Amino acid sequence: MAKKLLLGNEAVARGLFEAGCTVVSSYPGTPSTEITEFAATYDEMTSEWAPNEKVACEVALGAAIAGARSFCGMKHVGLNVAADPLFTASYTGVNGGMMLAVADDPGMHSSQNEQDSRHYAEASKIMMLEPADSAECLAYTKLAFSLSEQFDTPVILRLTTRVAHSRSLAELADRENVPLKEYKKNPQKYVMMPAYAIPKHVTVEQRILDQIAYCETSPLNTVEYYDKKIGVITAGNCYNYAKEALGENASYLKLGCVYPLPEKLIRDFAAQCETLYVIEELDPYIENHCKMLGLTVHGKDVFTLQGEYSQRLVASAILGEEKEFDTLTVSIPGRPPVLCAGCPHRGLFYALKQEGVTVSGDIGCYTLGSLPPLGAMDTCICMGASVSALHGRNKANPENAKKSVAVIGDSTFIHSGITGLIDIAYNNSASTVIILDNSITGMTGHQQNPTTGKNIKGDPATAVDIVALAHAVGIERVTVVDPYNLKETRDAIHTELAADEPSLIISRRPCALLKYVKHNPPLKVDPDKCRGCTMCMKIGCPAISMTDGKASIDFTQCVGCGVCTQMCKFGAIEE
Amino acid sequence: MNTISVMIVGVGGQGTLLASRLLGNAVISEGYDVKVSEVHGMSQRGGSVITYVRYGEKVASPIIEKGEADLIIAFEQLEAARYLPYLKKGGKIIVNTQKIDPMPVVTGTAAYPDGVIDELKTKADVIALDALSLAVEAGSSKAVNVVLMGVAARHMEFKKEVWETVIAETVPPKFKEMNLKAFALGYAQED
Repeated sequence: MAKKLLLGNEAVARGLFEAGCTVVSSYPGTPSTEITEFAATYDEMTSEWAPNEKVACEVALGAAIAGARSFCGMKHVGLNVAADPLFTASYTGVNGGMMLAVADDPGMHSSQNEQDSRHYAEASKIMMLEPADSAECLAYTKLAFSLSEQFDTPVILRLTTRVAHSRSLAELADRENVPLKEYKKNPQKYVMMPAYAIPKHVTVEQRILDQIAYCETSPLNTVEYYDKKIGVITAGNCYNYAKEALGENASYLKLGCVYPLPEKLIRDFAAQCETLYVIEELDPYIENHCKMLGLTVHGKDVFTLQGEYSQRLVASAILGEEKEFDTLTVSIPGRPPVLCAGCPHRGLFYALKQEGVTVSGDIGCYTLGSLPPLGAMDTCICMGASVSALHGRNKANPENAKKSVAVIGDSTFIHSGITGLIDIAYNNSASTVIILDNSITGMTGHQQNPTTGKNIKGDPATAVDIVALAHAVGIERVTVVDPYNLKETRDAIHTELAADEPSLIISRRPCALLKYVKHNPPLKVDPDKCRGCTMCMKIGCPAISMTDGKASIDFTQCVGCGVCTQMCKFGAIEE
Repeated sequence: MNTISVMIVGVGGQGTLLASRLLGNAVISEGYDVKVSEVHGMSQRGGSVITYVRYGEKVASPIIEKGEADLIIAFEQLEAARYLPYLKKGGKIIVNTQKIDPMPVVTGTAAYPDGVIDELKTKADVIALDALSLAVEAGSSKAVNVVLMGVAARHMEFKKEVWETVIAETVPPKFKEMNLKAFALGYAQED
């Protein structure tokens, strides 16, 4: 079949299709999201957005035990959430094949930390493959299912941003029709209580030994001998950087399987080469393995632990080569990401700034509310932490409850904010939680979630009633406001902060980028009325700028939300 | 042939991803190996965005580093200035003269520099044009990306028909005519 230019994530989805996978359950997270979005375009697979990664992983494991080939995908921090089922799935093993994809984000293009997921493979004793381009994304995904069934284990596919979000050519094939395997009741295999888990641990350790033997000769691990003065041991996209920088001036051991790692293969390669370099982004994972084997290798002594690598970095570290380039003398202001023009979060954050409160923040587009000029966020840790950390803050000093709030998006609230809200009600703090309900999972590029009333395909689905949910867990004070209305929003925050019991404010307005949202015509500034006071600049709207001492509005960006109109005391902003 | 490296830079929301897909599809229809690297997620929200397109007989790395780009297509002046260091000595920059104030300029903590295009011209082979006006002429301010690919097409080895086929196959049918017009307006620009 024809070769196609596929995004790495799209190639993983194609691999799922070709491997006969039938159940896909994931939670969106950059850079992993598109795997599941593309999977949903194949009618042969049931694809779903789960409320969080733990649920997704359990759905996939349940499907695999029932005999299906299954998949769940997530970003690196999602694996923290899914770690609980993962570690025991290593013991139960599977029935039908199961693959889990985790996408790391070296350089933190869209993440809160730079953790290296390879440690999870070693810690959970689960085989991990790492592709270097889209063709390998497709091939490794298919292979992962047969390895999963051969060794009776889930298999993890590790991606990095540059593999997940690069397009390269891959050859397509037909779908393999894999019938559902028979499920047989087997508590010794699937009921992990001590009596059954103790013998399973023995099985797991034997499986690792079997897999190491497999890795010694597996086609996943490849050796290319050119000049043997420099030997490079690498995996994933770092192989591409090394190849670009060093070409045939070095020899290569490319590890397609990064857990477990072979011993003899590495020793044999090392014996052939004069100077060995391990080229890997993030932690010295392969390097430490080599050192454990007693080999002398260069790694983090010449390469950084931080950020993304490149061919330039490799050429500089190994060959001492630098390329020439020009720069300008003018100073170039940075261009940080901003809340979009018409973003419903803007009005809410402005109201919070006016109230001068401490804001316990969370993960989503609204994290951008922490940047100037709004600057209305004090903490951002992980999904759901806004709500539970606010409770802790208010327990540390009950007076904090009068001047602190939590902000959390609709999807993040479903992911892991609900348990925090239950904690607030159960352990009784007078906390004020604000759900920024923009009717979509925004930052990852518009995925449906359990509050939107639609499933991954856009078909009608049961919607969580957040108001009823809050009442059901014991929060009696629930208010819904429109964040485009600054006065209504500020009044609600003021009232709920003063209340001596827990309260929930739902700031509700769909994301301005949603296709179904009808916009007003762009607004204009009447230069005769504008006094250049810059009040309208305080909301940080990218459509507003100052030209010759007067405000002006960019018609290509403005969606007529009217928040700036409410800021202007001189009535200078009009339709 | 040597690998050709093209960078497409702009502001999140300007449609750089579509531009890179058009170039990627044009390149494969001519039988080359290609790698296109994009960044999705947070930086897309009005931030500075970069896409790398590399093509040739066999492409290893999907990214472009300082001093390596043969061509930079900049959707905004400041972004052209920001990524100039990525240009190879003797490389070419196509730049849309449109200015979009970044937030530090909006909030008054930094100034938008003057004379960016003039200084760029002292460092590189620069083609500067008002792509926004041409996009509006074609029917949508959002077609800046296709206008700029029209300009770029004149400086690349693929036939005009290849691009037109790729545009027709890549954009949604209801925007096909508008985008073909935007491409033609860009392609007709004198250097």
